[in-house]
Amino acid sequence: MSELEAIILTIITASTPLLLAAIGELVTERSGVLNLGVEGMMIMGAVCGFATAHLSGSALLGIVAALFAGFAMSMLFAFLTQTLLTSQVASGLALTLLGLGLSGLIGESFTGVPGVKLAPLYIPLVSDLPFVGPILFGQDILVYFSLMLVPAVGYVLLRTRAGLIVTAVGGNHHSAHALGYNVIAVRYICIGFGGACSGLAGAYLSLAYTPQWIENMSSGRGWIALALVVFATWLPRRLLVGAYLFGTVWIMGLYVQGLGVAIPSQLLSSLPYLVTIAALIIISRNKTLTKINTPACIGQPFAPER
Amino acid sequence: MEQVDADSSPIDGTENASEFLLEARNIVKVFGPLRANDNVTLTLKSGEIHALLGENGAGKSTLVKIIYGALQPTSGSLLWNGAPVRIANPAAARAMGISMVFQHFSLFDALTVTENIALALPGNRNMTVLADSIATVSREYGLPLRPDALIADLSVGERQRIEIVRCLLQEPRLLIMDEPTAVLTPQEADRLFITLKRLAAEGCGILYISHRLDEVKRICHEATILRHGKFVSTVKPQEETATSLARLMVGGEVAVVKSGETAKSGPPLLELIDLTLPTDDPFGVTLKNIDLRVRSGEIVAIAGVAGNGQSEMFDAISGETLGNEKGAIKLAGEACGKENITERRHRNVAFVSEERLGHGAVPNFSLSENIVLTHHATGDGVVRKGLINRSAATEVIGRVTKVFDVRKNTADPEARSLSGGNLQKFVVGREIALKPKVLVINQPTWGVDAGAAARIRQALIDLARGGSAVLMISQDLEEIYEIADRIAVISRGELSPAYPADEISLERIGLLMAGTQDELGDNGELARLG
Amino acid sequence: MTLVLEKRSAHSIVLVFTSPILAITITVVIGGIIFTGLGLDPITSLYIYFVEPVTTLWSIEELIVKATPLVLIGVGLSVCYTANVWNIGAEGQLTMGALAGSAVPVFFTTWQSPAALIAMLVLGAVGGALYGAIPAALKNRFGANEILTSLMLVYVAQLLLDWLVRGPWRDPQGYNFPQSVPFEGWQVLPFIGEGRVHIGVVFAIIAAIVLFVLMRKSLWGFKVRVIGSAPRAGGFAGFAEKRVVWFCFLLSGALAGLAGICEVAGPGGQLQPSISPGYGFTAIIVAFLGRLNPIGVIFAGILLAISYLGGEAAQVELGISDKTAQVFQGMLLFFILACDTLIHYRIRFVPSGPMTRRA
Repeated sequence: MSELEAIILTIITASTPLLLAAIGELVTERSGVLNLGVEGMMIMGAVCGFATAHLSGSALLGIVAALFAGFAMSMLFAFLTQTLLTSQVASGLALTLLGLGLSGLIGESFTGVPGVKLAPLYIPLVSDLPFVGPILFGQDILVYFSLMLVPAVGYVLLRTRAGLIVTAVGGNHHSAHALGYNVIAVRYICIGFGGACSGLAGAYLSLAYTPQWIENMSSGRGWIALALVVFATWLPRRLLVGAYLFGTVWIMGLYVQGLGVAIPSQLLSSLPYLVTIAALIIISRNKTLTKINTPACIGQPFAPER
Repeated sequence: MEQVDADSSPIDGTENASEFLLEARNIVKVFGPLRANDNVTLTLKSGEIHALLGENGAGKSTLVKIIYGALQPTSGSLLWNGAPVRIANPAAARAMGISMVFQHFSLFDALTVTENIALALPGNRNMTVLADSIATVSREYGLPLRPDALIADLSVGERQRIEIVRCLLQEPRLLIMDEPTAVLTPQEADRLFITLKRLAAEGCGILYISHRLDEVKRICHEATILRHGKFVSTVKPQEETATSLARLMVGGEVAVVKSGETAKSGPPLLELIDLTLPTDDPFGVTLKNIDLRVRSGEIVAIAGVAGNGQSEMFDAISGETLGNEKGAIKLAGEACGKENITERRHRNVAFVSEERLGHGAVPNFSLSENIVLTHHATGDGVVRKGLINRSAATEVIGRVTKVFDVRKNTADPEARSLSGGNLQKFVVGREIALKPKVLVINQPTWGVDAGAAARIRQALIDLARGGSAVLMISQDLEEIYEIADRIAVISRGELSPAYPADEISLERIGLLMAGTQDELGDNGELARLG
Repeated sequence: MTLVLEKRSAHSIVLVFTSPILAITITVVIGGIIFTGLGLDPITSLYIYFVEPVTTLWSIEELIVKATPLVLIGVGLSVCYTANVWNIGAEGQLTMGALAGSAVPVFFTTWQSPAALIAMLVLGAVGGALYGAIPAALKNRFGANEILTSLMLVYVAQLLLDWLVRGPWRDPQGYNFPQSVPFEGWQVLPFIGEGRVHIGVVFAIIAAIVLFVLMRKSLWGFKVRVIGSAPRAGGFAGFAEKRVVWFCFLLSGALAGLAGICEVAGPGGQLQPSISPGYGFTAIIVAFLGRLNPIGVIFAGILLAISYLGGEAAQVELGISDKTAQVFQGMLLFFILACDTLIHYRIRFVPSGPMTRRA
């Protein structure tokens, strides 16, 4: 295995959780809801996925458990913000704090126990090709899924009636309601999708990235996913580019360290966070771009009159 | 959510059992303590244009939302072709052939015309086919539209066309229109009436909500009048006078505004000199070379269709948006183009914004706190040494409440608990209490009942006759003719010269509103600029 | 049945005060259920968790030690959130305050005078404020979302601390442990009484009272409230939103920085890789539970401090994880937010299904 090949493989593993969480949050935000609880949903996905896989011995069952854990957390958020009309910012923070606490509690007995690694899904014949084989056709199921999810979400959002409705609800909930669309129901669905994706991102962390349970192992990836959505100006294809860009930054830190360059490891570890800030600055400076693409109703509560 | 609810179709299938297309019987709708509709009955035939008349808050919007399925009545029944129906939601209403053009359009800025229309039609449609049929229908009815245009780039009149075309594509049997002419130029309104008459001739029933009595008399066959949520009567508008209709709406004599002696022009107190202000909002309007003088003792009105730069102009004069030219704005002869709103208030200038809740007042703040909002920079002791003096603010409320008859249920309620008319009286009164030398007011009586409107207009006249300069931005041409001494028209960020009110015709204002003054040639002799 | 919210014509003052009590009650009840699920006696467990921490002098002192940073940070955040300025990076500002203040004992170990202590405290506040200034500047200058930038800076600050205590600031006599020199003499906060209660508690109470008066009576407090409720109305009133953003971040950053230096110069006594059990995040809950009211924050800070102590007690006496404290804290914030809905809305259950019709 060449060095370049190894680097590319690690970049894919670093980018996948960001991509999964961000594509889910993108759909949530497109419907006009800001869910700041990505970090909490992700870490719950990680711990539930790990625990289930460890107990059952099946990584696939772990993935299913993680998906449901993220979904369940997001429904808590949806009930608060959509039914009880609480502040989305505060509720998202609450979700993150609860998720971090709860995952620590659940995960305590799983610290240090051996995990189940999600096996790569070799596609016969083509995966034996030199260089491109392992990179393109030797990944695990979540990598394939994340890469298929982006065009699928892009197609649904931008080319179908369902996507048009989501965009309409996020763009002007009063108009959507006046036309007879059930704004709250659409938002529940989009929040749930976001939660499930965050759960999958968590599963990837604890089943593929580092197949073990470490407390707070999401280490801010949920927040970076949120920043990625802004960076991609709510467009799926830009999200793909952004997630792999961030994954590269994450890996470059580790890689440079491995080369024995005399840079404090902490500085390299802080690179993803600093790059996130830089990315936010770059994209926020372009007022026209952000204003045109931002879902106009994002963060605003909606209560239909009855 | 596209599917029509099973029980929204006629319960027994007897078609045309009734001579009426729609009957609403004894409709009651209760919101908390408020009875928005209290035993309202309305009947409408195919091919009939039926006016629904009433003041703001009379319950018109509630009734049509019930008919359109957007609200469910607390009690009462709806009959469609004589058969009782339950209209579960707007999609069900549309499936029955009921369409509606909203006063506040239900459009999506970030989507195209075709996408907007697709959202209101059932089922999955091929966008190309839809775009073609939009083009066909809009051509046929003389409502030109570009299917691929973004809503954000369209004028208010064009947006209304989308709403109408959207309805026409559904081949409606009943078309509901909520205040359709409020945002149109007189010429655009005339074209709309032709479309409506044609639709009625084709057998479509039209429920037409308006408070403009002249147009109701012109095009409507019947008129049902509501007052305080109750049914008053159904009359034939052609047999009534504007005054008799107004009396039915208000439930008594209509307050008349006394203009007193004509304006004596004093020195200019507010001057805009070649004011140009680019916008950084992609959906905003750039102000171009605006020239205007408002003199002591006069009311100058700015007419125009919404979205042509009125709010940008208001923000520029108030100082909420700052330009780069110090000399572009002069107050009492002194250049102050780079001063902020607080510094301008120090010059004894007061402002009343268009949006009452959220701009002119903080919704969840008490009235006394809302006094502090604009009085903190003035000399009336509401703020001393950085500390807020609540009793001074309460004292101001007392004066405003007395002079303007602000109705409130507690001594110092939250702003949002006041009705539109009462809150508008409060925010106007709050500024007039400062005895300003210049008052700039945007949409002084928008969404306000007739009594409050008359009181506010009278206050503006009294203020001007007392030697102040009043600049009023309004969409309501009746109001403008009622109290303005001179009239200027804003269109696409450009302002026409200000013409004396008795020398400019409604037609000419309409042309200026549409932005066609260039074709008129230079009628400079009418402009009596100071 | 469908749950329907009905807007009240004015917000309910009674519920502003009763809603946190309701939220606490629900949290305790759910806690009891969780304990039962873990096979513990719910009454005994809840007693150990929530009551025992206030039964001995030692534990009350510990309570004050834990409540001090929570209140200091919480009052600052309550001002931020009132203005709709979302500083969630207080943990980072706390860390930077601790680092800035610790520069004195690290570089001037022999400087022993009251001035040294004052310099530490001032540097702590300034360090926190400057670190808070970064998200403020990015928001005002570029429109970058302050939630994300302030949070990212937490990770950066913690990594900086980690680097310093393992690298340049490590105590040469510390047997290679990742820690700074121990602070001594005038470089340690004066203690009050026998236990670990330090002068920081006085700062916390003063900060709460000053901010309470500022928010209630002054024009500045009014500005903050207007910008938070209706920014357009703030512009109409002539209040500059950007200045409020600056004010909020500098204030809350300074208070978090002060809390940070008080932690390391008080109970901590030196810099370590971890100097706070997440006070900066728990203070978010404190601010909400305290109704974004500085005086309310004092009570909320005490309550959340109980949950920390209860977590430790439960670990020792019940053999359950001290992570339960974090779970209780997270649940509490959820329930407060849910109960606060009652302040503005009445909740009614209406039968779904066909409308009842009276012909």
